Amino acid sequence: MAAIGVSAIEQLFADIPEATRLGRDLDLPAPMAESELRSYIGGLAAQNWNANDYTCYLGGGVYDHHIPSVVGTILSRGEFYTAYTPYQPEVSQGTLQAIYEYQTMIAALTGMDVANASMYDGSSATAEAILLAMATNRREHVVFSRGVGHDTREVCRTYASDRGVQFSEAPLTADGTTDLEKLAELTTDETTCVIAQYPNFFGVVEPLAEMAKIAHDKGALFVVNANPMALGLLKPPGEYGADVVVGDGQPFGMAMGYGGPHFGYFACLEKFQRRMAGRLSGMTKDCRDQRAFVLTLATREQHIRREKATSNICTNSALCALGGAVYMSLLGKHGVKKVAELCVQKAHYAQAKIAALPGWEPAFSGTFLHEFCFKAPVEPEVLQKALVAKKILGPLDVGQFYPEHKGVVMFAVTEKRTKAEIDALVDALEEVSK
Amino acid sequence: MSRLEPLIFELSSPGRTGYSLPELDVPAQDLAVLLPGAELREQAPELPEVSEVDVVRHFTRLSQLNHGVDIDFYPLGSCTMKYNPKINEEMANLPGFAHVHPLVPEEGAQGVLRLMYEMQEYLAEIGGMDQITLEPAAGAHGEFAGLAVIRAYLRSIGQGHRNKVIVPDSAHGTNPATAAMNGCVTVEVKSDDRGGVDLEALKAALDDHTCAIMLTNPNTLGLADENIHIIAKMVHEAGGLLYYDGANANGTLGWTRAGDMGFDVIHFNLHKTFSTPHGGGGPGSGPIGVKKRLVPFLPVPTVEFDGSRYYLDYDRPQSIGKLRSFYGNVGVVVKAYTYIREMGAAGLKLVTEDAVLNANYLMAELKKYYLLPFDRYCKHEFVLSGNWQKQRSGVRTLDISKRTLDFGMHPPTNYFPLIVDEAMMIEPTETESKETMDRYIAIMKEIDREATEEPDKVKSAPHTTPVGRLDETAANRRPNLCYLREEE
Repeated sequence: MAAIGVSAIEQLFADIPEATRLGRDLDLPAPMAESELRSYIGGLAAQNWNANDYTCYLGGGVYDHHIPSVVGTILSRGEFYTAYTPYQPEVSQGTLQAIYEYQTMIAALTGMDVANASMYDGSSATAEAILLAMATNRREHVVFSRGVGHDTREVCRTYASDRGVQFSEAPLTADGTTDLEKLAELTTDETTCVIAQYPNFFGVVEPLAEMAKIAHDKGALFVVNANPMALGLLKPPGEYGADVVVGDGQPFGMAMGYGGPHFGYFACLEKFQRRMAGRLSGMTKDCRDQRAFVLTLATREQHIRREKATSNICTNSALCALGGAVYMSLLGKHGVKKVAELCVQKAHYAQAKIAALPGWEPAFSGTFLHEFCFKAPVEPEVLQKALVAKKILGPLDVGQFYPEHKGVVMFAVTEKRTKAEIDALVDALEEVSK
Repeated sequence: MSRLEPLIFELSSPGRTGYSLPELDVPAQDLAVLLPGAELREQAPELPEVSEVDVVRHFTRLSQLNHGVDIDFYPLGSCTMKYNPKINEEMANLPGFAHVHPLVPEEGAQGVLRLMYEMQEYLAEIGGMDQITLEPAAGAHGEFAGLAVIRAYLRSIGQGHRNKVIVPDSAHGTNPATAAMNGCVTVEVKSDDRGGVDLEALKAALDDHTCAIMLTNPNTLGLADENIHIIAKMVHEAGGLLYYDGANANGTLGWTRAGDMGFDVIHFNLHKTFSTPHGGGGPGSGPIGVKKRLVPFLPVPTVEFDGSRYYLDYDRPQSIGKLRSFYGNVGVVVKAYTYIREMGAAGLKLVTEDAVLNANYLMAELKKYYLLPFDRYCKHEFVLSGNWQKQRSGVRTLDISKRTLDFGMHPPTNYFPLIVDEAMMIEPTETESKETMDRYIAIMKEIDREATEEPDKVKSAPHTTPVGRLDETAANRRPNLCYLREEE
């Protein structure tokens, strides 16, 4: 204080107008030491039903996949997690190169030209895709498949609420895929983009080729929100003519974390790259003629373009995207397919066994991957309660999000589920529905 | 020898794997039978084929090319690069938070819901607001939500035509970008010679189309606005609302609150003020708080408590809707909650006192060598100008920053705020010791000397980092954002 020339700390706060000063202590609980924190917060954690103690069949956008040990090891390195956005590339090559690798992997997985450094989550990435479409074709009408998850559709409506955007929703047919006739009717010369989910919220694989054609025939962009796990096995949206592919990266190495943080991925065709939102890491050279990486095309961004920016996004989910890159590196080109195959095999085993139970009727007849729906013979809530008693979480009550599917429940089966666990689930369902 | 690391794709070797997956334990079936009509990938995605140890070494080596708070001083202004306590990470990684599915019945999430509810209460108290939502994923996401709430409220009272958002010329770039995302137009007002909002300019900008003013206080010059209560009165009288950008909240804790200053909405950056790490660009968390009249418009769901159980409240008919899937970056919230519980009220007040003291100490020492455009006590950060050095020898702020890297420290925020020529925005935070700051002062003194005596050494810096200055022009002209594509 002597160096500054004050004798009391209050002097440094003299510029805060008297009327706006707090003048009392904040009303907060007394401080705790580390040992007390561990025990108190540990106690709060212990109250939650977690996937280590329960067998989890809940899905609907977040899944209980295996997380390789290496992911946590890398993400806990202080050099990565205590760094800021890489504004000084000379001391940020670790983040920048990892993000460049991540962008490359996402582009390969989705079959697109380029990808950005990540967004908050799959829903907000979908909303940003709408903004890209609007900036591209200057139209203000969006057509959703109703197979796009309720939360994604709601987030998109929120993002576009002050922009005067109109939304339409194409219903599903009895097989659980989008009604193509209705989709074609709703898509007009005013439509900025058509949005599909792949597989859709109900786990059913959508006819992307037909949907892309409907969008493109009217000059609209085709946006696909895809589960990255599915893309290890299924033909990628890029090969169906998608213009933008987005999704939530949680299945690729992210803890479920009661919903976040995860990362949203965003990939598109090269012709749209200057309209993309978010950070981009690009390869260049340094003054010593070495290969190096730098944030690029910053003229799209808020800190340069201010009100003319493509989005206001600043902080994204860089560390989570790094986790995704580590996951994709470990799994590699064949591992991502293997995970998807394990999920498919186990899910279909479970689905067939449940379908054989009296009173259990599949809700949709379409092709599904690792999530599937049934009309349950008991109230979903009663069912969930009974299963929790057996340390089983799920299935999801679909009716809470889709009133037209009241009484429908959805199971998600990942590679973590064993035959013994699935058999126990089926036994429990049989007992509950007697 | 180059310290650089090959791309992971260059380490790839056909057939090598790094995964450990269980054997299929149910009867295998033909995929064509299981997936009728679905088309499968003909070509596997071009991901690398590497072993586990390859992956660990690759990313560990990459990490060694980074600077972080865990390595040394990181005085990046307005980013609050304080030390991130390790207990925060441990708590967030507990299975009872990390491995909980977001759609688990509320009965099975009482612990985490209670933590979220309490966090809402704490942040409301710290910000002087009536209700908080934890849903926004970052500061800019919070700004979007806050402005959407304001617009929804204005529509509800027949003021939907109000679409002008006032921002000072010292504002963060996210403010005008947010206004645009919310379908508003930005009106910029200049700063006065004390660094605050110019009241005459503000008066001229206010009219019956004013939606809101977005302010940071202390502002990006690190100065508390001495007229904040007058500004609040003027904006409210004009029918507008006040939005508080909480990026600089580290300069206020326990001393003053946005709500008491007259603000209607606040966003906090948990990854700045409340010690959660930045992760190289996220994930963050940007909760917003609002005054009573705006509560009905908050995004769904909020976390509520009925006296016996905690629950998610979706029954909010006037809500702006959902901002993202689920309920926010809960893992980040757990870390910030841990921090608040560790600090308590007195601890948080001390955070601000030490942050302000540190900033004033650095400012008092550095103004001996660098131009200080606004010479008054600062809050948690301050802005210097490199103009003396530029005039003396053509050494620019960018050069000074690059030279700082050679000494192992991270430079300040450069060329921001826009209203200061050759700006260096310096925020030491409360977690730095006098010794660390003295090292930084010595470095800045040395660079000032070099700028006079050996300017070329500064202009060509950095010399000791893994890479030298980058060709950003080429990167922009012909963007290479994806490796495999370029190889074709």
